[in-house]
Amino acid sequence: MADQTTSNAAQAESDQKYWSANVRIIIISLIIWALVSFGFGVLLRPMISGIAVGGTDLGFWFAQQGSIIVFLALIFFYAWRMNKLDKEFGVEEE
Amino acid sequence: MDQFTINLLFVGASFALYIGIAIWARAGSTSEFYAAGRGVHPVTNGMATAADWMSAASFISMAGLIAFVGYDNSTYLMGWTGGYVLLALLLAPYLRKFGKFTVSEFIGDRFYSPTARLVAVICLIIASVTYVIGQMTGVGVAFGRFLEVSNTTGLLIGAVVVFAYAVFGGMKGVTYTQVAQYVVLIMAYTIPAVFISLQLTGNPIPALGLFGDHAASGEPLLAKLDQIVRELGFGEYTAHNDDTFNMVLFTLSLMIGTAGLPHVIMRFFTVPKVSDARWSAGWALVFIALLYLTAPAVGAMARLNITEQFWPNGASGEPVSVETIESNPEYDWMATWQKTGMLGWEDKNGDGKIAYFNDGNADTKAAMEAAGWGSENELTNFNRDILVLANPEIANLPSWVIGLVAAGGLAAALSTAAGLLLAISSAVSHDLLKGQFTPDMSEKSELLSARIAMAVAIAVATYLGLNPPGFAAQTVALAFGLAAASIFPVLMMGIFTKVNSKGAVAGMITGLVVTLVYIFLHKGWMFIPDTNSFTDADPLLGTIKSTSFGAVGAAINFAVAFTVSKMTTPIPREIEELVESVRVPRGAGAAVDGH
Repeated sequence: MADQTTSNAAQAESDQKYWSANVRIIIISLIIWALVSFGFGVLLRPMISGIAVGGTDLGFWFAQQGSIIVFLALIFFYAWRMNKLDKEFGVEEE
Repeated sequence: MDQFTINLLFVGASFALYIGIAIWARAGSTSEFYAAGRGVHPVTNGMATAADWMSAASFISMAGLIAFVGYDNSTYLMGWTGGYVLLALLLAPYLRKFGKFTVSEFIGDRFYSPTARLVAVICLIIASVTYVIGQMTGVGVAFGRFLEVSNTTGLLIGAVVVFAYAVFGGMKGVTYTQVAQYVVLIMAYTIPAVFISLQLTGNPIPALGLFGDHAASGEPLLAKLDQIVRELGFGEYTAHNDDTFNMVLFTLSLMIGTAGLPHVIMRFFTVPKVSDARWSAGWALVFIALLYLTAPAVGAMARLNITEQFWPNGASGEPVSVETIESNPEYDWMATWQKTGMLGWEDKNGDGKIAYFNDGNADTKAAMEAAGWGSENELTNFNRDILVLANPEIANLPSWVIGLVAAGGLAAALSTAAGLLLAISSAVSHDLLKGQFTPDMSEKSELLSARIAMAVAIAVATYLGLNPPGFAAQTVALAFGLAAASIFPVLMMGIFTKVNSKGAVAGMITGLVVTLVYIFLHKGWMFIPDTNSFTDADPLLGTIKSTSFGAVGAAINFAVAFTVSKMTTPIPREIEELVESVRVPRGAGAAVDGH
């Protein structure tokens, strides 16, 4: 009975750590998500306007194509990273 | 064979394909298909999601909006794809772990409240009906063109077809039909774009051609486009002409709206595992990106082609003559689109030429007057929704390409309209009537009420589609705003916070009502024309246009929910456990129908 309680508590603590690690990955991913779209695509466009891309500048490319490519990379990175994290914490499904 | 017959052949053949697949998938694999948990392969599911989600707004309307505005309408590109990041990171895996099939069920269970479920269903219905209006606008354009009738007649014919299709699509095997629709729509979108990109830039990949050189002049394509639109008095294509604040807010509204749309979220419930739900969003975006990376190229290249058709020798030469438009086969597209009432021109100064320029720009106006082309723009009407469908005709592509595009446009509009009508009808019959009011309803009357709900929804959407609150993509943007303000925040709080039921209900209601009122004040009450007090040119709060308001509505939703939740009793112990278990994939099991 005592063992059961200890292991439950250990499990809860491990789950808590797993959740914090997950939230950390989410936050980093969302910072990149915001940076390429709202950032490079709109607000920071004047800052990177010196970089020429096909008759216009890098900000225009980010707004029309670059951000979409980064979004794709982010989702696949997140899926890969989380599936790895699931295994590290032993919370994956069979 | 004339173009009309070819269009009919393509549209007919694609419809036959969908029906054939639906029958085949239904007969062959009913048990596998519906054994929840084994479900569909993530890649197949991704393709079906892409077809389900990419609607008339993406296919027919978006490139046109980009073409005539340029950089500022990148909002649609970033907004509609960026939402998938939110979906994949913040919602899909947890909702899959929760293991129910509908969004309103999650809300009802997580917030341990039938009221929360009821409010969620109402939010869902309002957002979906608005969305269907946008689809009907697109259906009207597509049918009007390929049957060579007016937009109104096209819309009415389209309504009958969509209704029949949705009733049929409600049967089993929808996923594989949508895979076929995806294939048709992506071919229809990219094949003409490849031709046009080859013509203009020599590059077979439109997404790269956009940043390549214009073959005729040797200059970069975008620089060439900037130059010619500037000469005609329009804002430069690649320049930022609109206000930044609104652009950011609009993009954000589309992003959180995408993540709040129930018919998309539902897709991620059906995959076998939590890890698959994560991959699945990625695969959906891969297939969506194929269209979305092409769309800006379609927009820019079409704008260049159209402008050059009106000014064959550049803006300093002569505008096209009425005679040329009437006799030169390269201008046939103008006559066919004129029939739909969505394209119009008028030789206002009687000089036999059609001068297209921005007469709102004083300098250009003076220059055009001095050159003898009159002081008024003579292209009186160019509905932006026709651009993608007209594009292959403008570029003089072979007639089979034009037929294919007609089939693709209809595939996009029909797959989404059918998906939405199903979501609406099941919400009404299942969640509202059976779930709330008459729990002992028989299966037969449940089915009947679902059909009636579908008919009512389509009648409302058709009526409003005749006087839409905007272009297809703009109307759809309003629907995303409503989903953003009501559904997304409550789902996020359900997973990431311990907000209680009173908070959730108060948040949803305020978010929805405030956003709906803001939209109605700008677009007319119930979208009825001339009942609006403001326009998007004079927004209510500073610069916030009605299409951008979803993000504000969402913020209000969050704020109200947290405040009310803090002031009322915390969530019960078992709900706290539910929230904790949703956060961990272990022991997800198959999704179950909890009705």
